[in-house]
Amino acid sequence: MLASLLRIAALIRKELLAILSDPRSRATIFLPPVLQCLIFGYAATYDLNDVPYAVLDQDHSVASHELLARLDGSGVFARVADLTRAADIASVIDERQALLVVQIGQDFERNLAAGRNANVQVIADGRNSNTAGTALGYVSAIVDAFNADWAAAHGAASPPLRVVTRAWYNPNLETRWNMVPALIGTLTMLQTLLLTAMSVAREREQGTFDQLLVTPFRPAEIMFGKAIPSMIIGTIQASSILLVAQFWFRIPFEGSYFTLYTGLGLFLLAAVGIGLMLSSVVATMQQAMLYSFVLLMPFTLLSGLATPLSNMPAIFQYLTLIDPLRFAIDIAQRVYLEGVGLGRLGHDLWPLAIIAAVTLTGASWMFRHGIE
Amino acid sequence: MTSVSRNAALRRVSALVRKEAYQLVRDPSSIAIGVVMPVLLILLFGYALSLDVKAVPVAVVLEDTSPAASELAAGFRLSPYFDAEILTSMPRAEELMLDRRVDGIIRLRSEFSRRLASGDAAVQILVHGSDANRARIIEAYAEGAIGQWADQRSAEGYAAPEGAVTLQSRMWFNEADDSHYFLVPGLIVLIMTLIGAFLTTLVMAREWERGTFEAMFVTPVRSGEILLSKMIPYFVLGIGGLVLCILAAKFLFQVPLRGSVLVLAGVSTLYLLVSLAIGLLVSSATKSQFVSSMVTLVVTFLPAMMLSGFLFDLRSMPDLVRWISYALPARYYVALLQTIFLTGDIWPVIWPNAGMLAGMAAILLAATRAVTRKRLA
Amino acid sequence: MSEAGEAAPAVLARALRKSFRRETGETVAALDGVSLAVRPGTLAALVGPDGAGKTTLIRLIAGLMLADTGTLAVLGIDVAADPQAAQDRIGYMPQKFGLYEDLSVQENLDLYADLHGIDTAERAQRYPDLFAMTALGAFKTRLAGRLSGGMKQKLGLACTLIGSPALLLLDEPTVGVDPLSRRELWEIIRHLVDQQHLTVLLSTSYLDEAEHCHDAFVLREGKVLAQGRPAAVSALADGRVFRVMPPPGQAARDLQARLLDDPRVVDAVPEGGRVRLVRAARDDSGRDEQPVSARFEDGFMTLLKERQPAASFAAAAMKLDRPIARDDTMPVIRVHDLVRKFGDFSAVDHVSFEVRPGEIFGLLGPNGAGKTTTFRMLCGLLPATSGTLDVAGFDLRRARASARQRIGYVAQKFALYGQLTVKQNLEFFASAYGLERAAKRQRVAWAIEQFELRPLMHLASGQLPGGFKQRLAMAAALLHEPEILFLDEPTSGADPLARREFWRRITALASQGVTVVVTTHFMEEAEYCDRIAILDGGRILAQGTPAEVRGLAPPSVEREADMEDAFIAVVAQARDRAHAVAGAP
Repeated sequence: MLASLLRIAALIRKELLAILSDPRSRATIFLPPVLQCLIFGYAATYDLNDVPYAVLDQDHSVASHELLARLDGSGVFARVADLTRAADIASVIDERQALLVVQIGQDFERNLAAGRNANVQVIADGRNSNTAGTALGYVSAIVDAFNADWAAAHGAASPPLRVVTRAWYNPNLETRWNMVPALIGTLTMLQTLLLTAMSVAREREQGTFDQLLVTPFRPAEIMFGKAIPSMIIGTIQASSILLVAQFWFRIPFEGSYFTLYTGLGLFLLAAVGIGLMLSSVVATMQQAMLYSFVLLMPFTLLSGLATPLSNMPAIFQYLTLIDPLRFAIDIAQRVYLEGVGLGRLGHDLWPLAIIAAVTLTGASWMFRHGIE
Repeated sequence: MTSVSRNAALRRVSALVRKEAYQLVRDPSSIAIGVVMPVLLILLFGYALSLDVKAVPVAVVLEDTSPAASELAAGFRLSPYFDAEILTSMPRAEELMLDRRVDGIIRLRSEFSRRLASGDAAVQILVHGSDANRARIIEAYAEGAIGQWADQRSAEGYAAPEGAVTLQSRMWFNEADDSHYFLVPGLIVLIMTLIGAFLTTLVMAREWERGTFEAMFVTPVRSGEILLSKMIPYFVLGIGGLVLCILAAKFLFQVPLRGSVLVLAGVSTLYLLVSLAIGLLVSSATKSQFVSSMVTLVVTFLPAMMLSGFLFDLRSMPDLVRWISYALPARYYVALLQTIFLTGDIWPVIWPNAGMLAGMAAILLAATRAVTRKRLA
Repeated sequence: MSEAGEAAPAVLARALRKSFRRETGETVAALDGVSLAVRPGTLAALVGPDGAGKTTLIRLIAGLMLADTGTLAVLGIDVAADPQAAQDRIGYMPQKFGLYEDLSVQENLDLYADLHGIDTAERAQRYPDLFAMTALGAFKTRLAGRLSGGMKQKLGLACTLIGSPALLLLDEPTVGVDPLSRRELWEIIRHLVDQQHLTVLLSTSYLDEAEHCHDAFVLREGKVLAQGRPAAVSALADGRVFRVMPPPGQAARDLQARLLDDPRVVDAVPEGGRVRLVRAARDDSGRDEQPVSARFEDGFMTLLKERQPAASFAAAAMKLDRPIARDDTMPVIRVHDLVRKFGDFSAVDHVSFEVRPGEIFGLLGPNGAGKTTTFRMLCGLLPATSGTLDVAGFDLRRARASARQRIGYVAQKFALYGQLTVKQNLEFFASAYGLERAAKRQRVAWAIEQFELRPLMHLASGQLPGGFKQRLAMAAALLHEPEILFLDEPTSGADPLARREFWRRITALASQGVTVVVTTHFMEEAEYCDRIAILDGGRILAQGTPAEVRGLAPPSVEREADMEDAFIAVVAQARDRAHAVAGAP
């Protein structure tokens, strides 16, 4: 037992030395996660600001100016053009100068004063319908506020129904708050899986695997010796992203580190298991890399990182059950933002444990039986 | 160049292209990336990925049993946007929310109908913020549903209509607000990047690592010919991927192509050249399959997804990140694809973006040419 | 070929210098003022120990590298200025010819034909010749990756020859090639020079090959030590070469080991049951020494020793910390009726042999004979299809992992961790064998001491010069003091000096009780073994002491038959029989 542990420790030391002694591979392991986290933390946002919009104000009244002033003052919109003819709308949108055109008709103020409804037309560029939809939502909120104030100012009774909204765990509904914790899983998985899959393939390609097999190493020891270094590196990467999230983006951490790292540990075990399983079937580093990639891409797309899981048809929702990243993102977000404890994470932890158990057993079987 | 030497060059290039094609076809992992992956992506994009929010699970908590409250609740139950569960206790709803079995709670307090009569009623909406985008959409839908209910009540004469600004919004180019419309350009960018940069990032490094270049260098072959022969097969594969995507867009996703196919093919060629050049440049410069694949992953794939403007709007990003995005070819290609598919051949958009791609292609190809020398070490 | 010398040289180098920077920062001069001329229409050999600069020189001539200083004209072209013009007319076969392994033989050949601009008519004329010459005609559709080592070399040569070059550059063309294929390759090369008047420059570490060349250039540490006809080099040892019979009861290799320690002896190798030695001075022979005529290798060794008198093989005689206790009565390896099939193909076909403790047992055979497969089964890396095997009392495939404590294995190609330093590698393998703390420190220190690795201890092992890699691999395999050492082609590609040093260690180990099983392509190395077995097509064709096996060679009047003659005779005979059986109705 002790001898076995000492051998595993020697293998771990060797793996880490091999990865870390080369400055190039050291750089490819530690720099990208932090850089990507920083860039994507800023880039991956559905929140809008400075949305370019154009105005076609045919009324030029006090009321229309007031409405436009509210748009300009919101911080969300930036006026890029004042149009004079309706015919110009098309070119402004087509050429991507403005995402929205707000058109206020001639009778705007007169209608309002007369207690009639006054129309404001908003034309949005639907090429990115998601952004356009969000922008329209902002306009709608501004118009609502305008209406309320107008009504109050003109002595009308307050509307009979108020809607009070509150968002849990992310009071300002910032995309960054959910994106950055999700990156803890995503960026870590990418390299952990690849590293594990490549490490055995590299030994095969360079002939060192045979040398390892003629020593007293047992297949299971080799497996653990290969799995643990990748997990250590994965944990370091995850921790560096966690630090960026807390101290750079200042997203408050609500949960316990113990819970988060327990979840991450299981997730890394599952990712490493998949990597080992891959590595036991591939012959070359090239295959290891390309096949890892063939797995990683759907794992990322089906993880719920960019598009919500609940939007998927049932069959794809079942498919996501074999995707460890799906559970890791859920764990990271819930522990980070909601502060849930282990008790509430059962439906994430169990699947990860099962994936890890299946892949590791499979890999160790392949190691034993695939040595030809 | 005399015609004899031109013929010889042509023969060398076609022999190398043939060799490359054999290797491509015989290597299952290249097939996996070049053929299986694009099909898989099309299926995922076509069926699995969608940002359209439909049938959101919400809990409607009715602490008031008045007809007005039930009527409002029924509004939620009938809406296609919600999958509403009617509850009477708030703690139960909070429990569901904690387990993320529901994404939002609409709460009508016990004195709802009484206060409604006094013009002071409130509906409380709680959304789960851990997907901010979705939360915001849910919020807007819920407000819409409540507003509709209120309008209906006023039409029925409960309160006098008040003069107010009404918003008439129109979404041009995507009237149905179908998220496939903007996923398709993203799909094409991913596939072109995958074939263009990811497959080629291995091909030069592989020859260096396996030592197959050494003997070949000492033949009449020129380094430019080697480079050309590395591009042609992957270029053809990339164009194949593009055709597949266009067909999928038309018949699977039913996304209109409002611009011309010719322009689409032209700008796609430019982007493909840029990706091929990046893959070959990194591969020639690093001479290591491991390092070059890591570098390519970091410089092409993730940025194509996150920084190209296909998912996240570039205009809302901080200046620094936006400047970085100017260096990425994917952003220009996404702008071109979105315009050509959904708007048409809008030359003021096409010229500058295509110009950038052409410039990048020229610079990168020249750089690749410069690092590919028939020299060892 | 007397008039050939008058024409302009095919290669003319003047004061070439080329240095490289190691990763540790020091600069190493690979070529240090090399001047030489290769006469057109001749066969010239570059010989020299590892790191002499042979490969660098060939690469400079091929226009793949630029010299730091000096001039180099190839076929009258200044390669530095216009490498392409030279490359259009050169055929170059690098040390490891990069065939496209996923292309068939025909496709590889077609590719090179197209690159050289050979049209269909010319191909129709040249392909039959090439296929006849290389005997690859039957394998046109086979993928290059599935050819044996010798066939790969021949295909590489065919690809190089397709463009009918004016100058052929071959970098160690026969490394890793068995004696049969080696003879065939040489026949092709000689045919090209004699019939087609091609100029050939090749580098080799087989010194007998240099003997067949018109000119030889001896390189050491980037300098030309000697150039001219090979006979001139041989002549350096004239009158100093003798053969001596070991006293009864003593193995030739033990006498050879003793002679190597003698300062008056330049070189000694076992040969035909006796020891061939080169004395430092003429007429300094001892009793019972029979003078023999000097060959190229003798002159080469004399030359190197004169320039580098300090070089001694004495250091290579290593000592184990404690000799291996053994029971001489029982065989330590027993293989009975061993079979290994891959699909329908029997790689190892009913092989049986035994190895006694402290013995050096040699497995000889052509490429693809089943040597490596047998090795892998013995080491437990591959399951046997049928038959029994017993290594130190275990079947390593099924035995507990601890049984592997008793064997050491050195793979065919360097298989240690290139990114790790020498010391880190040793420490890792010590731990892998369960050595910890004091025991580990002591064994690693022993290995560094015995294998003289101290100066390079902190260099990444991937950057070691070839000979040191070999030493490190052996050191790692001996850390746990195994009873049995498996060595798969340990001397392939090694220079003569490294080979002697290596065998010095092996014989020392054997004398201290370690059992050694070794495969080799160098037939003269079989003389170091106690017993050998010749394998071909997965079967053992002959087995016995070197003397017994040598006796199977057909008698010859010109000279005494050597191991290579015996080997070729045995293999050819068996193949003829197999053909006869296959051809029978």
